Order: sequence, then C-alpha cells, then structure tokens
Amino acid sequence: MILKSESPFQDPGSSFYDWLSVHHPDALLGFRPRAGAEGGGPSPAARISHGTTVLALKYKDGVIIAGDRMATEGYQVSARRIEKVYKMDEHSAIAIAGAAGPCIELAKLFQTELEHYEKLEGAELSIDGKANKLAQMVKGNLPMAFQGLIVVPIFVGYDPKRSEGRIFKYDITGGRYEETDYFSTGSGGKDARTTMKKLYQPGMEEPEAVRTVLEALYDASEEDIGTGGPDLIRGIYPTVKTITVKGVSDVPESQIHQIYERLIEKRKRET
Amino acid sequence: MAIPYYVPPEQMMQDRAEYAKKGIAKGRSIVAMEYQDGILMVADNPSISLNKVSEIYDAIAFLGAGRYSEFENLRKAGIRHADLKGYLYSREDVTAKSLANAYSQVLGTTFSQEVKPLEVEIAVVAVGEASQSNEIYRISFDGSITDERGFTVIGGRSEAIMVFLKDRYKAGLPLSDALTLCKEAVENTATPRLVIQTLEVAVLDRNRQGRKFRRLTTDEIMELVHSR
Repeated sequence: MILKSESPFQDPGSSFYDWLSVHHPDALLGFRPRAGAEGGGPSPAARISHGTTVLALKYKDGVIIAGDRMATEGYQVSARRIEKVYKMDEHSAIAIAGAAGPCIELAKLFQTELEHYEKLEGAELSIDGKANKLAQMVKGNLPMAFQGLIVVPIFVGYDPKRSEGRIFKYDITGGRYEETDYFSTGSGGKDARTTMKKLYQPGMEEPEAVRTVLEALYDASEEDIGTGGPDLIRGIYPTVKTITVKGVSDVPESQIHQIYERLIEKRKRET
Repeated sequence: MAIPYYVPPEQMMQDRAEYAKKGIAKGRSIVAMEYQDGILMVADNPSISLNKVSEIYDAIAFLGAGRYSEFENLRKAGIRHADLKGYLYSREDVTAKSLANAYSQVLGTTFSQEVKPLEVEIAVVAVGEASQSNEIYRISFDGSITDERGFTVIGGRSEAIMVFLKDRYKAGLPLSDALTLCKEAVENTATPRLVIQTLEVAVLDRNRQGRKFRRLTTDEIMELVHSR
C-alpha cells in the first residue's frame, strides 16, 4: 500500500490510469501515455487475434451496442466465442475492434478507470468526461498501432442530462468523434453500416432496433470473412446490450435466436 | 553541540498514544453491524459530502473516524490497493484481510517512526456469501488490529456504545431493527438529540449483483426507523 506524502497537486488524482502509469508502468502494455516509439521489425499483425464487426445504434429509449463473436488469426478462426462488447458501468458500454489482446486489456483498464474515479470522487464522470478519458488511452496506444496492434473502440452511454443515448467513435490517434444516429467499425463495419443506413429511422422502438442491429451483423458476416454470423449449430449468437435510463442490460440469447430464425426464413423465401 | 534530551521509549509511545486517543475521542462514532442480508454501517455525520463510510471494492467497505484528512488519505490508498490487485489478478482476489493488514502496517509504521501519529481509527468490513463469512476488522492508530464478530464501533465514545450494544445485539436482525438499534445506541451514549438528517447510512447487501455497497437516502432511513 502506498500512502502518498507528496503534495496533493502532484498526486495523480482520481485517475487509475494515470496512477498506474506512474507506479506500475509495466502493467500497461501499450496504453502508456509517455511511451516512445518502439523499434521496427516485421509487423506482428498477421499472428495475433483480431476482432471484427461491432456497431452501435440509437433508439427511442437509449442506445444499442452489439458485436459478433468471432476472432481470426490471418485466414484462420482463432476463437468463436470471443466477447467484444463490455459493460463499463451502470450507464455505459464499449465495443472494440482490432487486435484482440490489447482490445480486451483496454476494456478492462477503462472499466477499472471509471469505477476507480467513481469511488474516489463519490460521483460518476460525465459522459463527455468518460469519452475524453478513453480518447487519451487510445492515443497512448499509438506506437503499438504503428506496429499493427490497432485498437479502435466504440463508446456508448446514456446521458441523463440530455435524456438520450450517445455514440462516440475513435481513430488510432485518439481522435474522438460523436455520431448522431448509428455507427459501425471493424473489418465488416462498412457492410453493417450499409444495412443500418437502409433500415434506420430516428426514434425506433426497441424490438425494431434490435432487429436492425442483428440484420446489419448478419449482412456483415455474409460479406466479410472476418465476421462471424449466427452459429445455429453451436448456439453462438452476437452480443447485444441496451443502455437506457435504467442501466445496461443484455438482450437475451433466446430472443436473438428467434429473430435470426425469422430472418433466415425470410431470406430463404426471397432467394 | 547541544545534547538532545533523553526520553525513554515507554514515555514517548505513551505520549503519542495519548495524543492520538485524544484526537479520536473528540469526533463522533461510527457503528458497523451485521444484519440479515449483510453489514449495516451507521455514522453520525452532519456533513452530506464528507463521507465517513465508503466503498472500497465489490464486497468491501471502509469506515474512518478521527481526523478527516488523514483517514481520507487512507481511504484513497485502500481503493488504489484494491483496484490494482483486482486489475492485475482478479476481482475475487481482492480480500478484506489483505487490505486490513496493509492498513495495519501503514498505521503501525507511522505510529512508531513519525513524530505525529495518525489520529484515526478505521474499520474494514466485508460481506460474505453467508453471514458466517462476514468480516469486520477494527484498526487502531498504532496499527493494532482486531477481528470482530457481530458489530464494531470506532471513534468518539466507542467504548460506551460497545457496552450498550453488547447486551442488545442479536444475530440475524432485519435491516430496520438493526438500524433502529444502531440509532438508539448512538442516541443513548453520545448524541442525545440525534436527527435522522445527520445520519450517514450505507449497507453491504449480499443480495445485490456485482458491487454490494449502497448508500441509503434520508427517506429510506426514516421509513426503516419508523417502520418498527
């Protein structure tokens, strides 16, 4: 236990990330604020697991965030049940695309960061505060991104002041951009966006919004080799979470299963 | 060269202990008590924002009495200790015992090596899966640590409150009974005209999902106290 004796103004304050980077820099893989550019060499990108399609969409009660479950190493499937969507606290969640290892580490670090701040300060960060802190952490990974270990999250949350869901997207430099309706990223992101573009309507009801999201993931899995579709044999379905004023909740697998069965029936009839 | 006065170590320790005790006794008391669903924490605290009871980790809470700036530092250090451990290992590896030991070390070292001891008395409590696995640790200004069962009291007139509770406490009380008992104990020994608005109440409720710590609002407290 470190009982600090330095001046409170030199204290890292309520950020776990800042505190960790001073006292335990080795615990941070790439998300290091002052890390120098690492040496060259061949890109390790082909040998590491990658996450694929994740998306977010606003609807009447808040925002939906979802992602497929497959990870690939080059042309091989490395995992069928990987989790890409994570609850961060009672009012926010992130989905990640890129190199699986650093992505999962970022999710864990950011979750700890939010909880740590809340406990020290006795109050949650504002949603803009959360989005900005995440931007700094993504920026810390820039040297690793040049090595091919790219991490790009989508951050969503419910904003109690505006009474609506909000979506933030990021680039590898830590650029933070707010989306107004929906967004999707990862290797199948473009295909999922096309579907959402056709089906999205402002102020959708939840069942309709969930259907749209699942259809977008289905289309992405058809067009992109890196995105996993619904696996009816093993019973593996995309993760879908809703974030509303009541908090973060999972859309049950049975419901997702039903929607996909209907969607597949419809597609069979149409072809 | 001036020769420093010789002070026998016994005298030095006694002086420090007296100094610390005086500081702690000036404040108000905080009670932690096991109830049906977990652990109840009640502090007589006129401030709304300067908390004496707070969350450390999933099932662990911290209670601090004495000098605010000092126990606030200890609280922050505890949260950092717990969050670091949970981040590097796993959430289930963060234990109240290891935290209480770390506090004991810090307080003990400060007491014997610094000029001024910390004027604090703290408690670390953790709710278990069943009431047999609840943990309550009380740690004194000199680092001495005691493992308590049922309830503990720190700060202010803690000994008087302990005596009051000793005959009246029963295991497995419902929340409203436990809260009313804590309130009575503080009223009868320390603050005769206690107002509910100045009570800071929180629980570690084992039935909650994930993080077990929850603060009770004044309305909830009123309802619980009067529902008897």
